[in-house]
Amino acid sequence: MTKRTIIPIGPYHALQEEPEFFKLHVEGEKVVGLEIELGYNHRGIEKLSESKHYDQTIFLVERICGICSTSHPIACVQAIEDAGDIEVPERALYIRSLIGELERIHSHMLWLGLAGHFLGFNTIWMWAWRYREDVLDVFELITGNRNHYAMMKAGGVRRDIKSEDIPAIKKMIGNLVKPLTLFKNAVVDDPVIHARTKGVGTLTAQQIIDYAALGPTARASGVLIDVRRDHPHAAYGLVDWDVIVAQNGDVFDKAVVRILEMFESLKIIDQCLEKLKTVTGPIDSNPREIKPGEGVGHYEAPRGEVFHYIRSDGTNRPARHKVRAPSFMNIVTDREAVIGQTVSDATIILAAVDPCYCCTERMAAIDVNSGKKTFTSADMIRLSQAKTEQVKKQLGAPGPQIKLL
Amino acid sequence: MSFAVNALTRSLNVFHLAGSACNNCDIEILATLTPKYDLERFGLVLVGSIRHADLILLSGIFNKKSAIRVKEVYEQAPKPVVVVAIGGCACSGGMFRDSYNWDQPVNKYIPIDAYLPGCPPKPEAMISAVVKLITKLRGKKL
Amino acid sequence: MTRDEVLAMAKKNLGNTIIDFYEKSQQRVSIEVKPEDILETTRVMFHDLHARFQTASGVDTPNGIEIIYHWALDPMNCVVNVRTKLKRENPVIDSCANLVKATEWIEREMWEMLGIEFTNHPDMKHLLLKEDWPEGKYPLRRDYFTEIENKKTTESETNEARHD
Repeated sequence: MTKRTIIPIGPYHALQEEPEFFKLHVEGEKVVGLEIELGYNHRGIEKLSESKHYDQTIFLVERICGICSTSHPIACVQAIEDAGDIEVPERALYIRSLIGELERIHSHMLWLGLAGHFLGFNTIWMWAWRYREDVLDVFELITGNRNHYAMMKAGGVRRDIKSEDIPAIKKMIGNLVKPLTLFKNAVVDDPVIHARTKGVGTLTAQQIIDYAALGPTARASGVLIDVRRDHPHAAYGLVDWDVIVAQNGDVFDKAVVRILEMFESLKIIDQCLEKLKTVTGPIDSNPREIKPGEGVGHYEAPRGEVFHYIRSDGTNRPARHKVRAPSFMNIVTDREAVIGQTVSDATIILAAVDPCYCCTERMAAIDVNSGKKTFTSADMIRLSQAKTEQVKKQLGAPGPQIKLL
Repeated sequence: MSFAVNALTRSLNVFHLAGSACNNCDIEILATLTPKYDLERFGLVLVGSIRHADLILLSGIFNKKSAIRVKEVYEQAPKPVVVVAIGGCACSGGMFRDSYNWDQPVNKYIPIDAYLPGCPPKPEAMISAVVKLITKLRGKKL
Repeated sequence: MTRDEVLAMAKKNLGNTIIDFYEKSQQRVSIEVKPEDILETTRVMFHDLHARFQTASGVDTPNGIEIIYHWALDPMNCVVNVRTKLKRENPVIDSCANLVKATEWIEREMWEMLGIEFTNHPDMKHLLLKEDWPEGKYPLRRDYFTEIENKKTTESETNEARHD
């Protein structure tokens, strides 16, 4: 009988708002179980929100997650608007969608880079992050900050986009098409990446429905959930775009869905910019009070649906503010995805739902029987990278090639 | 200049330690290392293990669950080690000071050598902080 | 099926269990049921209506503790809030985790944050708070914040850590 070993991964690392402590149960090379422990990042935001007024709440939810720092505010202001029956001017809707899609591009780029790092292609990491900086430059131009843009406000947006900035933004966005195509070709057509990610960490459509998983994780398994399409909000009902869906549910399909989604985002941004030229008017309806009631707001963040519930009692503070981030639903699916896979694949499977990098930097394997440390954090990544080298040799292929532009 | 300080300031091995952060400072730390800002030109390398660390970049508040763990990790670092608190949360607790899960200020657990406020600090600010820190360690005037 | 057909089906299948049915707008519907009927309601929502479980919010109100299960009807652009009210002194309700796997974690969260007992939950333990969190202290209850502030004023300041 093979010895059963527990590999603890974590605990604390800056995931979205939910860092986890994974305990991988392995028999030899095979993963037979997974325990997940949360709470190392819990900051009590739901309770804090009850002591802030509605304008401050938005700055608070922005700090839930640094990567989704406009998804939570959009969902939050929509919940407030739903509770108070507040109308939003049309121009504000286009600006909301524009910021949301820019964020989606930078978030997917970030994931792509880290996935490349875990697979042993540090070139992809460096290049993805280099082009991600171009998106951050657009943010800096529009909002004045690289992250935490503070653009949302109940009833509209906080800042306008100047019409003289639009050509410059268009040019910067246009410059992204070439590198994105380059990434698409580098990742999608590469035999080594196929060998490492196809058929790895597969989730079936039924598992997705049972666990109510969201976002690219669900769409890679053929479950068509996209809050932008199903519950039209912001300007998503007013522009033309497609929902990307794949069928196999493995790591490769999750990557493909994310890469193709970036092109859809570019499409939406382009149309929003065009509309901003013609749609004029106020950007904010300046609500004076929120009447008693309750409201639900949801927005399709890069990782899936962000859900906010706000109950108002007529004062200037929410009586209850419930936040549910997409990873809360997605992380549970790791329990199913990782079973029966090898340890060297576990890194990329756990990363496939788009948590962050730090988890994999703090791993240590302990032999349960002797209590002796057998391998450490960097070894996990090294294991994954070594497997890629081996696959490369077998295939005789050099791995993804990035040509200088 | 002592041998230790000389060796320390030539090529700092950076370890990135996150308490309960919102992730943004952590991303900006990584962005500082990637091609546009390229902190590696100052000889700084990101290492995967605390046992190799000369410089710890600390982000986020400490909550009741993570505080003990972060302290344990810090104790495993070889001394002397330089600690920089990155971002408003690590410096003061920021907007999470009133939370029920907020434990204590970071400096109650770990001695901090430099504070770098900002939400998040820009990569330029991080580079400037590191350069100032090295200058200070070498005993020169800023 | 259209939105109205689905809602008619929900009304028919739930029958007498509905205490209150209220349509705030085309997109938001609210249904109130008794706590003992929650398993049946969940079954109707998940298996008959094929709704997607979004999350559940526990709210501490002056009249007792309220749980709101949010279900999304994605093809119809509609969110159904299924609410149920529990007694503040003894909040007990059946766990839906054996029926809908997605509810497992949120029930753990509501247990530690609001002190709601879920009977027959497969794996009830702390999710977000530390393991040795004091029993009977529930952060999202209305009376919790004062306790923290009391503690703050009586606690003596500890010395700063220093270099070795």
